[in-house]
Amino acid sequence: MAKFRIAVHITPRKGLLDPQGNAVRDALRTLGFNEVKDVHVGRYIVVETDAYDAITAEEAVTDMCRKLLANPVTEDFDIESAVHA
Amino acid sequence: MKFGIVTFPGSNCDYDAFHAITDVLGEEAVYLWHKDHDLQDSDVVILPGGFSYGDYLRAGAIARFSPIMEEVIGHAKSGGPVLGICNGFQIACEAGLLPGALMRNSHLQFVSAEVRIRVENADTMFTNLYDRGDILRIPVAHGDGRYVAPAQVLEELEAEGRVIFRYADAGGNISADANPNGSERNIAGIINEGGNVLGMMPHPERASSLLLGSSDGVGMFESILARVAA
Repeated sequence: MAKFRIAVHITPRKGLLDPQGNAVRDALRTLGFNEVKDVHVGRYIVVETDAYDAITAEEAVTDMCRKLLANPVTEDFDIESAVHA
Repeated sequence: MKFGIVTFPGSNCDYDAFHAITDVLGEEAVYLWHKDHDLQDSDVVILPGGFSYGDYLRAGAIARFSPIMEEVIGHAKSGGPVLGICNGFQIACEAGLLPGALMRNSHLQFVSAEVRIRVENADTMFTNLYDRGDILRIPVAHGDGRYVAPAQVLEELEAEGRVIFRYADAGGNISADANPNGSERNIAGIINEGGNVLGMMPHPERASSLLLGSSDGVGMFESILARVAA
């Protein structure tokens, strides 16, 4: 077993109203960043876990996302490659 | 009839529900601790409002894995009545007892106000003492109350009469102005396929006597009593 660190990005499902993202987008435009088209605000979660290898660790975190970390109705998730912690 | 009211860490409407059941309805109520595995022979389970586990991750996401929820889910699956109010609605959705999810209010503000909801289906164990089209004055208090679900699920809910309450104005019109959180189709409360699990964002237990501003919520508890006792 080795120790791995895996980062997870969770974002609002595309097409669903994202009022937080819209508020940040509007604030950026107010600041003069007029080129900004869209902003989405999500969560960044870092999981440290023991696993046999990186693939096993990534599979486990994918399972965690499906069961708890992300809401399958409203959110999408994307996991980064496992790195040795 | 015995009502079991689940207390999660961060629940804050469990006492209001207890008051409505015991003092107003005159029925028996017990608090069910989130770490227990025992519903204490409750006939009806109430998942009360509050901020269980600080709304960490998502509202209701952690509470859904509390030990007591295994029993609550078992109770629901065997047809037992479950009423999820506010945070309880969020927990019921996270637990898969109800479809869809509750997201951040579209205006991003916490809303604490008395709203009006229209009874869309009075043929349920929770609403049988109302009439379809009745307008109830019931308070809401939430930051994450915007009901969303995939289009296909919304169509199913509509077709099967499972949208139980909709936010409306005093005249009973379903308008954007009457919608306090941006919920799809002004949905304020839904029921599961079996008709025994109801989730709603408004707080009927806080509208249980005129002293509190409205007694329009009492009919829900009396409906349960009338149906379950029968």
